[in-house]
Formats: sequence, structure tokens, C-alpha cells
Amino acid sequence: MHRRTLLALALFTGLTAPSMALAADDTIKIGLLATFEGPFTVLGEDGERGAMTAVAETNGTVAGKKIEIVKGSSDASPDSAVRAARKLVEQDGVKVLVGPLSGDEGLAVKDYAKTKPDVTFINGTSAAQDTTLRNPAENFFRFSTDGAQWMAGLGTYAFNEKGYKKVATVAEDYSFPYTQVFGFMAEFCKAGGHVPSKSWVPIGNKDFSSVIAAIPEDVDAIYVALGGADAVNFLTQYQQAGGSAPLIGGSITVDQTVLTSKGKLRDVLKGTPSAGPTADTNDAPAWKAFVDAYKKQPGAFPSPSLFAHGYYVNMKATLLALDQVGGDVSDGGKKLREALSKLSFDTPTGKVSLDKNRNAVADIFLTEVTEGSDGNLLNKLVKVVPQVNQTLGIPEDEFMKLGAVNRDNPSCP
Amino acid sequence: MSILDQPSSSSLSGGGVTRRQVWGLVGLLAAAIVAWLVFAIWPAWLNAILISKKAFVSAILNGLTLAGLYFLVASGFTLIFGLMRNINLAHGSLYLLGAYIGYEVTSRTGYWLLGVAAGFVVMAIIGVVMQVFVFRRLEGDDLRQTLVTIGISIVAADLMLAVWAGGTYQIATPEWLDGALTLPVITAVRSNGASVFLTYPLYRVVVLAAAIVIGVGLWLMLNKTRVGMMIRAGVDDRAMLSASGVNVHAVFAIVFAVGAGLAGFAGVVGGSALSVAPGEDVRYLLASLVVVIVGGMGSITGAAIGALLIGLAEQIGLVYFPTYGVVLTFVIMVVTLAVRPQGIMGKAR
Repeated sequence: MHRRTLLALALFTGLTAPSMALAADDTIKIGLLATFEGPFTVLGEDGERGAMTAVAETNGTVAGKKIEIVKGSSDASPDSAVRAARKLVEQDGVKVLVGPLSGDEGLAVKDYAKTKPDVTFINGTSAAQDTTLRNPAENFFRFSTDGAQWMAGLGTYAFNEKGYKKVATVAEDYSFPYTQVFGFMAEFCKAGGHVPSKSWVPIGNKDFSSVIAAIPEDVDAIYVALGGADAVNFLTQYQQAGGSAPLIGGSITVDQTVLTSKGKLRDVLKGTPSAGPTADTNDAPAWKAFVDAYKKQPGAFPSPSLFAHGYYVNMKATLLALDQVGGDVSDGGKKLREALSKLSFDTPTGKVSLDKNRNAVADIFLTEVTEGSDGNLLNKLVKVVPQVNQTLGIPEDEFMKLGAVNRDNPSCP
Repeated sequence: MSILDQPSSSSLSGGGVTRRQVWGLVGLLAAAIVAWLVFAIWPAWLNAILISKKAFVSAILNGLTLAGLYFLVASGFTLIFGLMRNINLAHGSLYLLGAYIGYEVTSRTGYWLLGVAAGFVVMAIIGVVMQVFVFRRLEGDDLRQTLVTIGISIVAADLMLAVWAGGTYQIATPEWLDGALTLPVITAVRSNGASVFLTYPLYRVVVLAAAIVIGVGLWLMLNKTRVGMMIRAGVDDRAMLSASGVNVHAVFAIVFAVGAGLAGFAGVVGGSALSVAPGEDVRYLLASLVVVIVGGMGSITGAAIGALLIGLAEQIGLVYFPTYGVVLTFVIMVVTLAVRPQGIMGKAR
């Protein structure tokens, strides 16, 4: 008898609990789309830590409602990102989605967003320029800056301070590295520098030794925009091949996801200048507080990567806007999107606001890789470039004339 | 004019030159061209076409070492697939697991050679276990073998992701394998007359050497020893071999152990040259499939030829047309399948 009651009770709660959650008005579902598989797994995991840091700050609630995070996984390919977004929106029924992580994914999810005007999409860390610059979607918001913005100040610094006149580039063959190379070259070429050779390698390439051998020997430095495992492979093989030219790093090449790798690649990384939305040795109290909060997440790096930062900023913006509208998305998210586009708030890395294309205007950090006191490699803050906009300070019509980024644009051999 | 024409036309039409001699001549010419490309100092126009001599010769050398790595993986695959008719689509997982085990052992003990040995031995044991518990039950049932091994590879990939996470690991090579060799190949001459010699990582040369030694060893084992004779006999007629008093299952377990062990060995060696990360299993499975299809099932020589073609194609593609480089590999496969479906060294069955 006793057992039977228990069984009935269990059955009852088991049957009613999900329907209660569906019916209840006291939870809000937020989709979290990141790369939990494939070559960018490490990056996706850190992105999740960043997003969860923002959720933890409000104790998992917003406007009195409980936040329910539904995870979607992609493998950095655009079709996998759309598949995951589709699953979150159409199957799990999320009305607010944070993600994706990688450049091409962002372009694909933006196009998908156009077909779902009632769902609000907030970027993860995808940083291709045209996700917001050309042909944007009304319901796609990016509170993290793009790959060209991340390079602000680096080209001028390499030319003037480091004295590099000729630089070769090695980067992955997709939209985000195109954007990064564009951002670097826009300044570097303007300062008078030359880029005689650009190598585009397929994403997930393992053996870089032939690419390394094809780099001209008379360049002053090599600009490397590779991420995750690709960066580790390139740097290791560059060290093995006895490479002597100094490096200039793309934002994710000298990120914590690469700097924490074990092996001899550490030697070639020291002193590498780079730029990006974060700097590990930032002294600002807001950043230090963020680092402490981030470190409470399981498996955290010594310092948050830019993926943790990007997902944090975008999740934070989402929660702030949701709070403003009282967690109400029953009107197809119209109020929420209005709140998002007007939102301006202080992040761990300074003030962030949106432009008319819903792309962030934020501070960018010029950095250099150094060894910390505990032996970890860190990005030392060199200079802050305040409030960089998407057209890098160039008037918009002039900027649009530079053309869309691709393999051959820009060019200054 | 007519006198000059005379000898060549008569010798061809008169059958004075056999087909074999023509091929020999072509081979000699090709060897001469390659030798010239490698050892001569390049004129400017050639540098303009092929980027630089350093880039070209490095691409060839890298193609050779990558071929060595592919051969190590594919030779195990060809032994199991070709000789025993066992379709093991979990072969890539053996590679990756071997690499992870090699990493753990090397980083804990500090001895790289111990890591290599561990990769081989542990995978050999797992190979025997797979042969006894999976393949022996599904003997002769190709479709079920395929599906079961695909299942094993998916489960193994997720288990490895759970244990080692998504990070990129680099197996540390010992000091004595570090550094670069200076090869007697002049890549350029400086304006002051000094020659610039090509340097090449020592470790990669060792990988290539290991692949050659293992390849020759396998060929000798299969063709010159008693065990090799038993393996070949068992493939052709299992019942007859069994009737003549040989334990067929034991022979096949040995082959499976060697094949799986080689995959683990290649994992450690490859993980030291490149890196270890999730997704490598599928990459190497695909590479060894292509190598075995091009080279011919069950032939060690075929695996070597296939690995050479694919390795060179991949590296040359990467340097000269990176965006479309992948296509080259599959063009080779498609052409082989169209012209010689059984593979270059394969026997029509």
C-alpha cells in the first residue's frame, strides 16, 4: 500500500511537473548557442562559463522569473549553427537566443533570424563584419564588437612602435579572419606598411609546415589570425621549424584558450602584440570583479577568454533588457527589442552602446603577451582605444567604399 | 632532315623499344627532373611560378613525412580490412585513443619512448578484444560489422571527449629529437655569395624513417615468414588452413593486434608531430580509407603508394591552391576508382 502510494505520487508529479513548467509564467527560457563540439569546443565551453557568470550575478532570476537556460550545440560550421538555432526556437520554444560563437555561424544565424521576426537574437562572440554591417536583421543584436574593431590600434602600433614595414599574414579561410585581417591592414597599410603575402588555410588544418615554408623570408613579422587547435598547431610547428620572425597576433590567437596550452609554443608567443576586447592585466575594479566571478565557474581558465567575455556581455545585456520589460516577451518581443536597442551599460571593459545597425561601440585593448608571476602567459595591457565604432572612425560612406571583406580585400603588396 | 628522323621512327615502329623500356625512360626523366628541381639553384622565372624553392622543396618533404604518418595508420587498416575482410570503421578511434594514452604516459613518466610503446601495446590489446568480442561474432556479415563499428567509434569519441575534454594536447618530444637538420639543398644564394641551406625538423625525418622501417618489416613478415604465409593462406581459404592444423582464430587475432597497435603507434607519433584533439579520429579514418582505396585493399605496397600520393597531394594543394586543396585528394580517388577500381596494387577478386 505504502509503496503504491509512493508510486502514484511519483507518477503524478512526473506527469504534471513538465506541464506545470510549460504553463507557468514564472520561468523564462533563454537559448544558449555555442560550439560544444568540433575544433572550437574549448572556446564554446568558455563562452558558456561567461554566460553563466552573468546568470549567476542575478541569482538565476530576472524580473522575478526563474531563468531556464536551454543549450544548443554547433561545431563552428554555419549549417550546424542554424540547425541548433532551429532546434532551440522551433522545438524548445525559446523566444530569446544568445549565440552563436563563430564568424560564419553569425552570418548564417542572422539570415535565419530574418525568418523568425518574433524571436530576439543576441550575439555570442561571432565577429564577422557583415553580420551587422551589410544587410542586417532587425532582430539580431551584437553587444560584442566585430573582428575589425578588435584590431583597432594594432596596425599603427606594429608600424610605428615595433617598426615592422613588411608583414605576411596567415589566417583561416572564413569570414571572421577576413574581418580581422581587414581591421589590421586598414591601419597598417594606411601607415605605410606592406603585406606581400597572405596565406589562407582551411579551418581545422593540422600540418602547417608547408605554409610556414611558403612565407617569404624577408618579412619583418608574421600576422597570425588562427583560433583554438589551429593556432596551437601553427605555433608549435613554427617553433619546430626554427621560425625567427616575430609574430603579431589576431585576437583569438593570443587568447587564454591558446595561451594555456602546454608545450614549447610558449616561447614563440612571448612579446607578441595583439588587440581585442579584453586584456588580462586590466586594473579596472569592474574587470577584477568580473574575473573573480568568472573563476567561480567550473573549469575556468586563469583569466577569462574573450569568449567568456563576449558571452557575458551579451547575456548581461539580455538580462538587463528583460528586467526592463519585466520579463515580458508575450508581444513577440517587440518591447524587449526596443529596450535592447536603447540599452547602454557599463561592462567589465567599459561602456557599451549600440549603433543604428545594432552593433556595439566599445573600448578595445592593445596588448602584449607576457609571463605572469605564476608562470601563466597573460595579455599585458598596453593601451586602451576608447569607444571604437564599426567603421573604425572612418565616415560610413567612405568605409562602405572599401568594399566587403574577402580574401583579396584589402590589399597592399 | 630525313636522316635525323630515321632512327627514332624505325625503332618505334619496328618494336625495338619495349613498353617496359619506354616506362623506364619516362621514370628516369622524371627522376632527373626531380633531382634538378631539388639540387639546382632555381632561375628567377621558376621561383616566380612556384613561389620559392624553399616552399616547393618543403612541400615535397612535408608530403613525404605526412605520407609516412598516413602509411602507419593505413597499413593497419589495410591489414584488417583487406586481408581479413573485416570492416573496422573504428580504426580512427584507435588512432585517437592511442594518442591520448601516449600523451598521458609521456607527461607522467617523462619518457616519450615509453608513451609510444604504451600507445602500441594498449591498442593492440584493445584490438584483440574487439576481434574476439565483436568481429568473431559478426564474421562475414559486412553490413552489421560496418554499423557496429560506426557505433563503437561514436561512443568512443564521446567517451574520449568526456575524459580528455575538447582541448588540444601536444605530446612533448624528447630533446634528442628536437631541432632542425640542415640538408645539403641550397634554397637561395645571398648577395654576398653565401648559400642558404634548407633546414628541416629532425623529428619529421624520424617519422618518415620509422614508417619506411615498419613498411619493409610488414612486407617481409607477410611475404617471407611462416606467420605471413599462414595469414595469406587463411585469407584465401580458411577451412583448408584450419584443416591443416593451424589455429585460424589465433592467427587473425595476431593480425588484428598488429593492425590496431600500429594505429595506436601512429597516434602517438602523429600527436607529437602535429597535435591531439577531438575530431582527429574521423580525419585519420577518412585518410586511411582514401589511401587504401587508391592503393588497393590488402596490399602493403599499395598502402605505401596511396599514402605517398595523398600526402603529396595534400601538402602541394595546401601551398599552391589552399582553398581547393581538399579537392585534389578526392580527384585522385575518383580517377583511381574510374580507371582501376581495385586500386593501384589491388588484385581483382
